[in-house]
Amino acid sequence: MTPIINTGNIDRKKRISQGVAFTIFKLMSYSVVAMLILILGFIVSKGIGVISWDFLTKAPEEGMTKGGIFPAIVGTLCLIAGSSLFSFPIGIMSGIYMNEYAAGSKVATFIRIMTNNLSGVPSVVFGLFGMALFVNTLKFGDSILAGSLTLGLLSLPLVIRTTEESLKAIDNSYREGSMALGATKLQTIQKVVLPMAFPNIITGLILSIGRVSGETAPILFTVAAYFLPKLPTSIFDQVMALPYHLYVISTSGTDIEASRGIAYGTALVLIVIVLIVNLLANFLRNYFSKKVKTN
Amino acid sequence: MKAISLYRIKKRNFNVKRFIEKLVEGALLISGSITSITILLIVIFLFKEASGLFNSPVIEDGYVLAFNKTNPVKKLNAYQIKQIFDGAITNWDEVGGKEEPIEVVRLSDLTKYYTEAELGANFENIPAKASELTSKHPNIILFLPNSYISKNFDGTLLKHETLRPGDFFGGKEWYPTASPAPQYGLLPLLLGTLWVSLGAILLSLPFGIAVAVYLAEISSMRIRNLLKPIIELLAGIPSVVYGFFGLVVIVPFLQKTFNLAVGETALAGSIVLGIMALPTIITVAEDAMRNVPRAMKEASLALGATQWQTIYRVVIPYAKSGITSAAVLGIGRAIGETMAVLMVTGNAAVIPHTLLEPVRTIPATIAAELGEASAGGGHYQALFALGCILFIITMIISISVEFISSKKYSK
Repeated sequence: MTPIINTGNIDRKKRISQGVAFTIFKLMSYSVVAMLILILGFIVSKGIGVISWDFLTKAPEEGMTKGGIFPAIVGTLCLIAGSSLFSFPIGIMSGIYMNEYAAGSKVATFIRIMTNNLSGVPSVVFGLFGMALFVNTLKFGDSILAGSLTLGLLSLPLVIRTTEESLKAIDNSYREGSMALGATKLQTIQKVVLPMAFPNIITGLILSIGRVSGETAPILFTVAAYFLPKLPTSIFDQVMALPYHLYVISTSGTDIEASRGIAYGTALVLIVIVLIVNLLANFLRNYFSKKVKTN
Repeated sequence: MKAISLYRIKKRNFNVKRFIEKLVEGALLISGSITSITILLIVIFLFKEASGLFNSPVIEDGYVLAFNKTNPVKKLNAYQIKQIFDGAITNWDEVGGKEEPIEVVRLSDLTKYYTEAELGANFENIPAKASELTSKHPNIILFLPNSYISKNFDGTLLKHETLRPGDFFGGKEWYPTASPAPQYGLLPLLLGTLWVSLGAILLSLPFGIAVAVYLAEISSMRIRNLLKPIIELLAGIPSVVYGFFGLVVIVPFLQKTFNLAVGETALAGSIVLGIMALPTIITVAEDAMRNVPRAMKEASLALGATQWQTIYRVVIPYAKSGITSAAVLGIGRAIGETMAVLMVTGNAAVIPHTLLEPVRTIPATIAAELGEASAGGGHYQALFALGCILFIITMIISISVEFISSKKYSK
């Protein structure tokens, strides 16, 4: 009796086509990763020689071809602090509202759609909006306040989404257990839900800091100064910022070739910030998830 | 007696508690509405600032154009005025008048017709002379500041002509500093944006999907855990850093390879944007493939299909809507990206014919020019109008992603 299908032949064909396809996918994946590593490696290798204590702690000198980037670092830190003060409380509160009070309702769906829409709005539109509302209409002028609010609005969707996801991941039985013991809804959120969701929320917050530190378009017209060696003294001052500094010295500085070194250094500092933020987020996630398990 | 008062205290406490609960809930609701309010405010402010564009004069603020009274031409649009003053249109019949050559006169040209003594030591006679010149020359077009037009000016004034929507939406030139008629044509910028974004998505989509398939279905867990953080890290790198990398590596490379005069081209923009869109595409497409039910894959394998057959017959078709979302989100990211594009595309506001020409995109135009546009002027309003266009495009993208992914669940 002969087999109905000659499996040997087909198997071989199948195996070859699978082998070819998998090899292509593998090669494409590795080439993508290799390219990404190449970008990082390029910036790191060119920038590492520029980084020094002076570079990090001195103001730019001689038409931004010498000196350091200290005012830009301070400016970026101010913007991170300002935008976080705005977006963290509001973002976490909306996340709590969406998951704990309005879960599954039309209100929550509406807020979610609006939040998704807001996260799709290009950063330059935030810049236009921030300029029209905060700088011109509310008369904050080009200031840390205007820039921080613009950046805060930009990072709000990210904070809301991570808070909501973190809360969603918590099993309902914890809430029911707390309620059964006579706790009110607010007490349940305060004492049970939030402490459990805290590790994931904090990870999201840290990632949003990474995003804020690198944004350029929203601060172009709301806060960023081309060259300002003195440090800010109030929230109505302009500041320099790292991403904007990199943009100006690589495209429109007084002597582009002479300031290339500074540009590589600035790019490296930006990458290091992103790296630290990512590592910190990963570390905290792992650290807290272990802690929760052992408890 | 004592028991009753205790009960009262408890009851009052209970009310205070409930009041606080309601208060907190209200505060949370207000926070939750901030994103919606922001969207609303963005719409209001963008459209408010942009709406003035179609009320702004076709010629520079504070200036007028004057014709002879006998000239049948009473209206000119922005593009025609620019053509006339550039010398591209030289005869009135090209703009609907008699067949006569056009005589272009600017303020500085007045000295060709009158001596400086005639114009007056402090130019106090200019209004009278301008009026005289206009009435004597039937084919003249005179471009003057408002202040030099006297009350009894002898001629037709083109003063209140405003920009039409056609000049913006159908305009083929973006030249906001042109004198006397600034050009606010959307087409070169819109086409520049589309060229760069489509180029980016064509480059990144095949790679993005390949990586997603590899990570979701082929690679071992160990390799996935190694590659995933690297890709996530790249999503976090600021766009200026990508732009800077493009400027110092990709631009010179393209210039050498294709032997170009300038390396800042649409292709450079597409490559940089393609790299930037990769993490988005990979993450969304991989999530979609991971959501394919295990049972479907196992059923396919149990029927004797190979792993590869399962991937392209079961996993990819099932994850189709997710992959589409990934592509659309990638395009959205590319269209809205500002800084990287601004740094590598060369920013020439001309309608592109090949990918190897400099182009200018909508976001790059806003970022580059808003600083020098005076608030409330035509240029400023035109930039806000560009912002509106960008906002509408991204809204359409967000809504279509919402639509695509909601379809997935209804099936």
